[in-house]
Amino acid sequence: MSLMAEAGQKAFDLGVPLAVHVDVTYRCNERCVHCYLDHDDHGELTTAEIKGVLDQLAEAGVFFLTFSGGEVFMRRDFLELVEYARRLMFVVKIKTNAVMIGAAEAQRIRALNVDTIQISVYSHRPEVHDAITKLPHSFERTLKAICFLRDQGLRVTIANVLMTANLRDQEGTQKLAADLGVHYTLDPTITPMMDGDTSVLALRIPGEELPDVFHNPALVPNQEEFCAPPPPPSEEDLEGYSCSAGHSFCYISPYGDVFPCVQFPLPTGNIRRQKFLDIWNLSPQMNEVRSIQAKHLTTCSSCSHVSSCSRCPGLAYMEGNMRGPSTADCEKSFYRTGVPTANMLRQGLAKPRSTVPLIQIRPLAVPA
Amino acid sequence: MSDTYIARSSAIAARLLAGEMMVMNSADSTFFTLNEVATAIWQAADGHTPLREIVRERICEQFDVEPAQAQADAEQFVADLSSHGILMVSDHPFANEASR
Repeated sequence: MSLMAEAGQKAFDLGVPLAVHVDVTYRCNERCVHCYLDHDDHGELTTAEIKGVLDQLAEAGVFFLTFSGGEVFMRRDFLELVEYARRLMFVVKIKTNAVMIGAAEAQRIRALNVDTIQISVYSHRPEVHDAITKLPHSFERTLKAICFLRDQGLRVTIANVLMTANLRDQEGTQKLAADLGVHYTLDPTITPMMDGDTSVLALRIPGEELPDVFHNPALVPNQEEFCAPPPPPSEEDLEGYSCSAGHSFCYISPYGDVFPCVQFPLPTGNIRRQKFLDIWNLSPQMNEVRSIQAKHLTTCSSCSHVSSCSRCPGLAYMEGNMRGPSTADCEKSFYRTGVPTANMLRQGLAKPRSTVPLIQIRPLAVPA
Repeated sequence: MSDTYIARSSAIAARLLAGEMMVMNSADSTFFTLNEVATAIWQAADGHTPLREIVRERICEQFDVEPAQAQADAEQFVADLSSHGILMVSDHPFANEASR
């Protein structure tokens, strides 16, 4: 186990919020077709309030701090907040569309020793990217910013959300990242809107397309292990937890609401009214989330994928039950391994992948 | 013998987790954890307290260790962290820790 993984496990076991994601605004200069946010400002935390939150987070033991939005640079005080966070010795990661980053901003970010900048790019073709962001020339501006940041020696990652609108551009976008000399990450997850509207889910790529993602060695290097049928769950697996949400990770909205994760809209408290550590330690909702072990899950506890599934309790919550299955993750497990999930079997949805038979018969080795 | 002064680099991130300091260098994302004794030295690295005094006041007073051994270990530790750009070392006090 790496030192970093050891620290993560220790934080998980001790209930220390090692990593926190803070959205500093929901306002944005883009209007991405798949975005789940309401971009109006309903009373964002002020500069002083956010600095107060950062003080509390440092005291609580938070080490990894992600600033995101909306678009973080819609706040004029954003770099002041980053500077404050760095003075408190957080590892700072920024998620941005980078449209508002010029040479001067890139230089400032470098000087502040920011760890990573993650930038959304949806295609290598300007017309496809701009059609998704709905901001003319956003591709050109984002790419220019990536070059500024890269030239400062910063670690830049292009983050691509795979959806129906850019499905065929995955390879090109990955090549673009390689040509620019930056990292690349891909996520096929589309999340329902914050108000519960699920119409945006129509942009999810069809499940049948997922094998092309999972079985692509350029995206998933450890093919054999990643796509292997799940091993039978052990007792230890059933004692395990879904993810770090509420255990060593949480999310804070621009209005001070605290949630177990950015993808888990279960309100647990508000830092305008309570101290962060009181919410973290005492919120009944937070404690409920962290009490759920695999053995408590409805349907999933009897699923062969229970030990290896990426089941997101937040997506399950949005489907109506935080202890239930997350359909999107059921699909991923199925198309990754070819083995149907308990939830799919229950609903009669399972079908074998056409390329890999579920039952494979190997010839017996005949002794000479 | 001249004194050695140590100061934390502004390029790093650090946080205490269960008595051990986690340290990450943003330049190359190298990650370290410091044990209790190393953490005590790290916390005392204010740029103007001599290492010899840190060892005497913070290590020998609080931990069961021979002064000569503690000094040698501390010098090795400082050299290691300095080679990773995590601690800065000088034979003069640093002017202003906050400005680095």
